[in-house]
Amino acid sequence: MSDDHVYLSLAQGPDAGADEGDARWAFGTGFEDPLHGVDTAVPAGLDTAALAARCLALADDALVSAQRLTEWTTRAPELEEEVALANIALDLLGQARLLYARCGQTDGTGRGEDAYAYFRDAADFRNVRLAELPNGDFAFTIVRLLVLSSWRLAELQRLTASPDPVLAAVAAKGIKELAYHRQYAAEWALRLGDGTEESHRRMRAALDAVAPYLDELFAACDVREEVTAVLAQVTEAAGLPPLEGAALPGAGREGTHTAHLAPLLAELQSVARAHPEAAW
Amino acid sequence: MTTTESGAPPAPGGTGPADLQERFEATIARDQRVEPRDWMPDGYRRTLIRQIAQHAHSEIIGMQPEAAWITRAPSLRRKAILLAKVQDEAGHGLYLYSAAETLGVDRAELNDRLLEGRQKYSSIFNYPTLTFADVGVIGWFVDGAAICNQVPLCRSSYGPYARAMVRVCKEESFHQRQGYELLRTMTRGTKAQREMVQDAVNRWWWPSLMMFGPPDENSPNSAQSMAWKIKRHSNDELRQRFVDMTVPQAEALGVTLPDPELRWNEERGRYDFGTPDFDELVRVIKGEGPCNAERMERRRTAHEEGAWVREAAAAHAAKQASRSKRGMAA
Repeated sequence: MSDDHVYLSLAQGPDAGADEGDARWAFGTGFEDPLHGVDTAVPAGLDTAALAARCLALADDALVSAQRLTEWTTRAPELEEEVALANIALDLLGQARLLYARCGQTDGTGRGEDAYAYFRDAADFRNVRLAELPNGDFAFTIVRLLVLSSWRLAELQRLTASPDPVLAAVAAKGIKELAYHRQYAAEWALRLGDGTEESHRRMRAALDAVAPYLDELFAACDVREEVTAVLAQVTEAAGLPPLEGAALPGAGREGTHTAHLAPLLAELQSVARAHPEAAW
Repeated sequence: MTTTESGAPPAPGGTGPADLQERFEATIARDQRVEPRDWMPDGYRRTLIRQIAQHAHSEIIGMQPEAAWITRAPSLRRKAILLAKVQDEAGHGLYLYSAAETLGVDRAELNDRLLEGRQKYSSIFNYPTLTFADVGVIGWFVDGAAICNQVPLCRSSYGPYARAMVRVCKEESFHQRQGYELLRTMTRGTKAQREMVQDAVNRWWWPSLMMFGPPDENSPNSAQSMAWKIKRHSNDELRQRFVDMTVPQAEALGVTLPDPELRWNEERGRYDFGTPDFDELVRVIKGEGPCNAERMERRRTAHEEGAWVREAAAAHAAKQASRSKRGMAA
């Protein structure tokens, strides 16, 4: 390989001489619309308010989960986990963007993805509370990921039959991603449940901490049986007790959140809100 | 000379040290690659281990300044781009540690050397990221400088390193263009955004020029590395390339590079520029930069807090192995 060739292509850009100005030194111009090229017409007779609410809730779950996962960056127990956790966060971020875009097309406001992510307050978010809890230790992160990914996978599998073709397509793409997230979490649950006394103890504590937030997941979509069976299979294989405990009253889907969501959003939204007129 | 640093045995076949040395030198002279199982001089091996490990450490520590902005990225698109970039850096670290492992050291040992301060990482990552514009400027300058340094390494004489560099350089080039694209958007935005960009340019320009190392007359390891074709161009030559590449891009963005001596030299056909404060470089390498302690502390904490996870994974693997052994015996 001639290094000069690579070097020059960097300095000049592949289209040096083309009349696009300095865009030749930039990558990423012109990718603004996340649903670009997708037929976004809403089928006649669809309950658009319900569709928009569904998209919003699923988008908020994904965004808040991704935000928590990104907090692990540079703090993960091993480099492979840095890569894997970032990968899962990227998948969820991608799902959130598509779902917000669909929400904006169906709730009558025409808002873009960033309006939902950056310019709503905690009470307007519809994510389940489990997603917003602080990361805790790696065991808590794994148990939460196992629960949320098993649940979301079951939900998305049903949504592949949605009458809205956009939501159905987002779900179809998402199930491949969620299957990996669940596998990753299940493999770590096995290692940590079986590994050392300490890891086993931490896994039990994490199961106890997650259990009160489980019930809330099944309020809107009845996948309880399926998800409970998956979780029981994993905990059993890991030598851990099943996930159970009294449900906490309240529901993120109705805008009732823990005290942890507002600071999460304050951080997420800080730069965007400091420069509301800016383009990024 | 019967063992290498790694304890590898001498090459078989009764070939004398002089023959091995001759064969090695012929490989270098013909611009062919040295591969892991080939005989190589201890000094060559040591130099490569040090260089590749420091490169790997730089990728891993280099995640920190930008990761600080992932949670605050001001649009979902920028958040995805930044997260993917920082993830790429973790991937580069993994490749490079693997390349170093082909020389007979292991990753855990190299990580210990980093945490004990026995191996360094690039001085550039000891500067703070104060605004979101820093994300763009790091992409543009720091990844740009890294590319100038690394593209020639795609022809490095050591095969695994050269091959790792091909992929790393492609990704770095992508990052550099994304950084430029962010700045292009910001300089077309509000006055506050333009000021943020100029401020970040002012802070990162000189430290970026220092990334190429000390001036040639003061670079003790360079001559041997050039002879071994681990390194292909001198520090000053690479620094000049970076300046020549960057000046027109700065003009197009409408930002000012903070160097009053910067001007086109018609005769040389290159830009003249001022001298970075190399005393500052020495201080930062010695550990006196603004963020050295913070960077090492973060890395150390992550490593220590992850110990129980790694131990659990190892214990589980050992139990699995003994269970499957018992299963086979039964």
